[in-house]
Amino acid sequence: MKKILKTTLGSAAIAIASLAISGIATSAAQAGELNVVSWGGAYTASQMKAYHKPYTSKTGTKINSIDYSGGLAEMRAQTEANNVTWDVVDVVISDAITGCDEGMFRPIDIDKEMAKAPDGTPASKDFLDGTLQSECFVPLIIYSTVFAYRSDAWSGKKPTSINDVFDLKKFPGKRALQKSPVNNLEWALLADGVPLAKIYDVLDTDEGKDRAFAKLDTIKENVIWWTEGAIPPQLLADKEAVFGTGYNGRWFSAIAEEKQPFSMLWSGQVLDIDGYVVSAKSKNLDEAMKFLKFATDTQRLADQAKYISYGPARKSSGPMVSKHAELGIDMAPHMPTAYADQGFLTNFKWWADNADEMKERFAAWLLQ
Amino acid sequence: MPPPAYAGPVETTWYYGFRLICAFIFIFLITPILIIVPLSFNVEPYFTFTQGMLAFDPDAYSLRWYEDFISNTQWTHSVQNSFIIAIAATVLATVLGTLAALGLSNANMPYRALTMGLLISPMIVPLIISAAGMYFFYSNIGLDQTYLGIILAHTALGTPFVVITVTATLVGFDHSLTRASANLGAGPTTTFFKITMPLILPGVISGALFAFITSFDEVVVVLFLAGFEQRTIPRQMWSGIREQISPTILAVATILVMISIALLATLELLRRRGERMRGISPG
Amino acid sequence: MTDQTAGGVVLAADGTPLKASLNRALRKSRIRALLLVAPLLLFILFSFLIPIFDMMFRSVDNWHVGTLMPKTSAALADWDGKALPEEPVFAALVADLQAGAKSREIGKVGRRLNYEKSGMRSMVVSSARKSKRLKNGPYKAKVLKMHKKWRDLETWTVIKRNTAPYTIGYYLNAVDMKYDKNGDIVMQNKNRRIYGKLFLRTFAISLAITVICVILAYPISFLLATLPLRYSNLLMIFVLLPFWTSLLVRTTAWIAMLQSQGVLNDLFVFFGFVAEENRLQLIHNLTGTIIAMTHILLPFMVLPLYSVMKTIPPTYMRAALSLGANPVVAFVRIYMPLTLAGIGAGSILVFILSIGYYITPALVGGTGGTLISNQIAYHMQSSLNWGLAGALGAILLFSVLGFYLLYNKIVGIDNMKLG
Repeated sequence: MKKILKTTLGSAAIAIASLAISGIATSAAQAGELNVVSWGGAYTASQMKAYHKPYTSKTGTKINSIDYSGGLAEMRAQTEANNVTWDVVDVVISDAITGCDEGMFRPIDIDKEMAKAPDGTPASKDFLDGTLQSECFVPLIIYSTVFAYRSDAWSGKKPTSINDVFDLKKFPGKRALQKSPVNNLEWALLADGVPLAKIYDVLDTDEGKDRAFAKLDTIKENVIWWTEGAIPPQLLADKEAVFGTGYNGRWFSAIAEEKQPFSMLWSGQVLDIDGYVVSAKSKNLDEAMKFLKFATDTQRLADQAKYISYGPARKSSGPMVSKHAELGIDMAPHMPTAYADQGFLTNFKWWADNADEMKERFAAWLLQ
Repeated sequence: MPPPAYAGPVETTWYYGFRLICAFIFIFLITPILIIVPLSFNVEPYFTFTQGMLAFDPDAYSLRWYEDFISNTQWTHSVQNSFIIAIAATVLATVLGTLAALGLSNANMPYRALTMGLLISPMIVPLIISAAGMYFFYSNIGLDQTYLGIILAHTALGTPFVVITVTATLVGFDHSLTRASANLGAGPTTTFFKITMPLILPGVISGALFAFITSFDEVVVVLFLAGFEQRTIPRQMWSGIREQISPTILAVATILVMISIALLATLELLRRRGERMRGISPG
Repeated sequence: MTDQTAGGVVLAADGTPLKASLNRALRKSRIRALLLVAPLLLFILFSFLIPIFDMMFRSVDNWHVGTLMPKTSAALADWDGKALPEEPVFAALVADLQAGAKSREIGKVGRRLNYEKSGMRSMVVSSARKSKRLKNGPYKAKVLKMHKKWRDLETWTVIKRNTAPYTIGYYLNAVDMKYDKNGDIVMQNKNRRIYGKLFLRTFAISLAITVICVILAYPISFLLATLPLRYSNLLMIFVLLPFWTSLLVRTTAWIAMLQSQGVLNDLFVFFGFVAEENRLQLIHNLTGTIIAMTHILLPFMVLPLYSVMKTIPPTYMRAALSLGANPVVAFVRIYMPLTLAGIGAGSILVFILSIGYYITPALVGGTGGTLISNQIAYHMQSSLNWGLAGALGAILLFSVLGFYLLYNKIVGIDNMKLG
């Protein structure tokens, strides 16, 4: 028994010692280091190749890549506790807007502080129209939430629009949709005959909301709801669903890398913007701004598109998009920006106001 | 065991029928845990038995998911985290809990029931509420996303088990032994280490095991308090289940089942030893 | 050793009066007990109890408007609420908005007010941005032009109500109620009622699981309690191994068992119970939640039942039988009443554990099997409505404490057994 006690105490001592060491390692980035936070997986990998490595070899600054699963929870907690350890964070634009309004992120003067295009165009003119929606946010990529379907599901027939997703007779089978009102309400209205440009006007009325939910009612029995982006390609691959919504990059890797028999339905795609923000209370503010300027220049954004099928947010990067670094596929036709006219941009302001209410109503609707 | 000889046909039917029902319930309890063991050796990335596995074709079995587990730094890092956190929390919980149990078992302890209630409250409050409270409070004081925060949280969750098991051991504790020791001139420290400690040790160790498994198995608090850096094994399994189901999770699960069998065996040995030492049972 | 007496007072060995000496010993022993308990008590207080109180405080805390819009709050103090406020309030509002835009904290007010009334977030934030251009008054007309909602009487009612430092708004939200236009408390719109339903559903599912656990635990506990020790010890492993196995492992195991390409469905197809294309949906719905949770909680029912049954002498049943009772009657009249304490203890334990469950429903529950704890987690992590999460948590906590007191009445804290 004594021996057990000794071993336990021994390992405890080791545990506490390693704790002390790791405690230091997880605190704020040291001088000459930066904590850069992103979504993990293939996306972070593409950023490390395109931004982090070249930056480190140019400046010698070490970059600690941290993964998170999105949302403002961690950043709000860090800000409230006055203990900000994340310097640069990759966020979706709606979170950037909210966080900026609440003072979590540093405002950025896009023309003064960010790089010009190679031809001298100021940055504010070089970023795609409609992407500069928050003064704290520098856009990196355009991605889209888009439908894909199993090519072998219905012999001879091919869905061509969102209407077909809601047409159970012509295209029977399960639909894998995200468990969220965002995008689904828009698609329901689109399928119900509302023109692209009018969607948010209609959605802003009580009748419009009822109409969207009523349209969703028609397919509710045939929906599998997903919550993680990795799931819909799996559901289609396992033949559990015939249609699925998902991020275009995930569909790209399923189709191009795993050779799954899926096709894209670009019609009705919802474009969204993802980019960097800098914590207002970052302890390495100068270094963070230097990294931001480097990572968001024309060359870096074009480089990232070599590794993942998300469209660069700068106009000047567009023509530089070339072939996939490993697969050798021409990337341009896989960019959501190539089909921008078939889809629409999420109305972030509308969702900022209505997300609380709509999510509650959506949850209540699911329970019915 | 056959039914008693005097049983009539109705009794015999009932006798076997009852045992059959019980057998089904036992199967329900144990099958899910046993089934993952062979499945974790599946060569295919499926969660079910393949034709080859059923035919005991050696080619249908492989160690690839175990290799995947060992070679994946996220998994190995989570193993390291789980042990660091669980051991630190266990040591803290055991020391604090044992001291408190000694105090609580003192007949002169004031407000005994109330104190006991407060001390074991972390066991009663649903985890999601503990996690919510700790998340709000710890992030206010900058303890979220740190090892220290998770260790403190797990210590709090583990102490009730130590308090309960050690208190239970002390119920059968013969206090005249410590008085005798004191009479013979031993100081309180000597008495504690020479007399009290050896006698309550089985209780302390089984309490420590409970505290260890509580921390080792805990995921709700980790889900809210841990950053990416502090991910533990259950946290890693959680995201594995939600995002990308691969049989690597089954390999991890199999290893964890082995660990629980070891813990169970240790506890059983302790229990027997404790009973023997207190002369309750002969064997 | 205490046989000396002096003036009628019993003296201890050292010559002090025995009573005082005993008292001192008692006090000393008390202090020692307290000192032993103190470290853990303090630790639990800081690491656990204060966080719980903090959560409950958040569920009523309403600092945003009063702190970030102090001038408006003061100016609104004697507004009667019958018509739009007058110029002084608007001047105060502009001053607050300008200050809030400068400190970049006005978004917090917007977020708080948006919980009460959708659309107020963008009203506050955009007005704050525009307010930078307002140099001099009168402000009323200018503010009314900034956003149409400022012309709405309800906007002002909501703001005034939330100048109070504490609110019951989150609790109203948590029980599907709200303030209407006039500030009266009414039920939430039908299509937004969710939490009441979820609480009921949580209680109903927990009750169902408890009943199933009793039904499954009763026969095997009986068997374990009546078999000779060497058999029952062996069979006990079937109960204890699941008990000691990680929750995540058991949940994973059930996913492997239940999913449509899983073990159970394969068996069904193999034996021809179901056709290959009609595989049963056993997971990501209510069925999956109930099966997995029953499995996980069953040991908590078996162990107390077993320990009660173990104490019932088999002679009772034999006596009843030999007195001529029918075995069924004897069982129901003699044996079952003796096990009621065990059933009660196990049931309350299982019930309390299942109403707070989060992990298993989140992983195998799908949309049909989610419980109230999943909503709490959602508001903590995704919607970041911490006040509402706190309110839902507090309601859940008090229901659990209620049941726990019941448990304490029936079984007693001290009799809680482990393993």
